[in-house]
Amino acid sequence: MDFASSDRAATQPTEITSAKIVIAGGFGVGKTTLVGAVSEIEPLTTEAVMTSAGAGIDDASKVPGKATTTVAMDFGRITMADDLILYLFGTPGQTRFWFMWDELIRGAVGAAVLVDTRRLTDAFAPLDYFENRHLPYLVAVNCFDDAPRYEPEEVREALAIPAHVPLLMCDARHRDSVKAVLIGVVEHAMATLVAEHEKGHPAPVG
Amino acid sequence: MTEPHDPRGNLVRPYAVTRGRTEPIRDIPIEAVLVAGSAAVQEARFAGHDKYRIALLCEPKAQSLAELAALTRLPLGVARVLVADMVADGLLTLHSAAPRTGFSERMDLLGRVLGGLRKL
Repeated sequence: MDFASSDRAATQPTEITSAKIVIAGGFGVGKTTLVGAVSEIEPLTTEAVMTSAGAGIDDASKVPGKATTTVAMDFGRITMADDLILYLFGTPGQTRFWFMWDELIRGAVGAAVLVDTRRLTDAFAPLDYFENRHLPYLVAVNCFDDAPRYEPEEVREALAIPAHVPLLMCDARHRDSVKAVLIGVVEHAMATLVAEHEKGHPAPVG
Repeated sequence: MTEPHDPRGNLVRPYAVTRGRTEPIRDIPIEAVLVAGSAAVQEARFAGHDKYRIALLCEPKAQSLAELAALTRLPLGVARVLVADMVADGLLTLHSAAPRTGFSERMDLLGRVLGGLRKL
C-alpha cells in the first residue's frame, strides 16, 4: 500500500477549511493582546506594501532605502481539527489604512469591535465602518484596570450602538473572556444568517 | 550565500522577487491554507529561494497565505504572487476558505467553529 509512504501530505485531510474572525478597533485598544490570549502561535505580523494608496501622502524620498510604506496586521491561529483552522486578524489601527479592512473582512465569519472606555471616540470610526458593511459584528468593551467602569447600556448609548448589535464586557488578557467574545461573534453570525434565510434574502458575507 | 543584515531594512524593492509582477495569477484569500508534499518540496528547490522557503514551511503543516508572508517576511502582495504561481505549477495545494454562499454550508461551518471555540 503505497499511500503509507513518507509523503507527509498523504496524512493531510483531503480538504482543509479555514475561517477568520476580524478584531477591529482603534490603536492600542488591545487587539493583539486579545488575539494572543487564545492563539496557539505567538501573534504574527503580516505586512502589506502601500503603493498607490500612499502616493502623495508619504514622501519616500525622505527615507533612504525605503521606497514604500507598509501596513502591519497582527493575527493568530487556532487549529480546531485536522480539517478546520480559525484565524483571528487584527485590523491596522491607524485610520488611514482602512483600505486594507475591505480585504480583511472579505469572507470573514464576523467581527468584534474592541472598545476602550478611556477613549470612546476612537471607536466611532470602526463602528461606522461596520455599520455600512454586510458583516455580523459585536462590540466588546475591553475593561482596562484603570478605566472607568460603565454599565453596558451606558456604553451602548454613548456610542449609539444599534439594538441588534450585541455588546459585552471583556478582558482581552484572559483566555476565557476572549473565548466568550469569539463565541458571541459566531452565535451572532448564526442568528443573523438564520434571520436572513427566513426573510428569504441571504446575502454573501463581506 | 548569506544575506547581510541591514538595519535600514530590506534594500530589495518588494516586487523584485516577482520580477515586477504585482498581480497574482489567481486571487488567494489571506486565510486560505496551503500544503506541500515532500515531492513538491524537492521540486521547489529549483524554483528559487523564496518559493523553496514557502514550500518548506508548508510541508510539516498547512499554512495560510498570511502565515507564509509573515514567516518569510515578504509583503503580503509579494507572497500572494509567488504562492499563486506555485499553486499553478503544482508545488502547493490550495485549500478553501470558508464558504460565502449557501445557507446550510455556512451554517455547518459556523457550527463547527462554535464547537471548536467551546472546546478551547
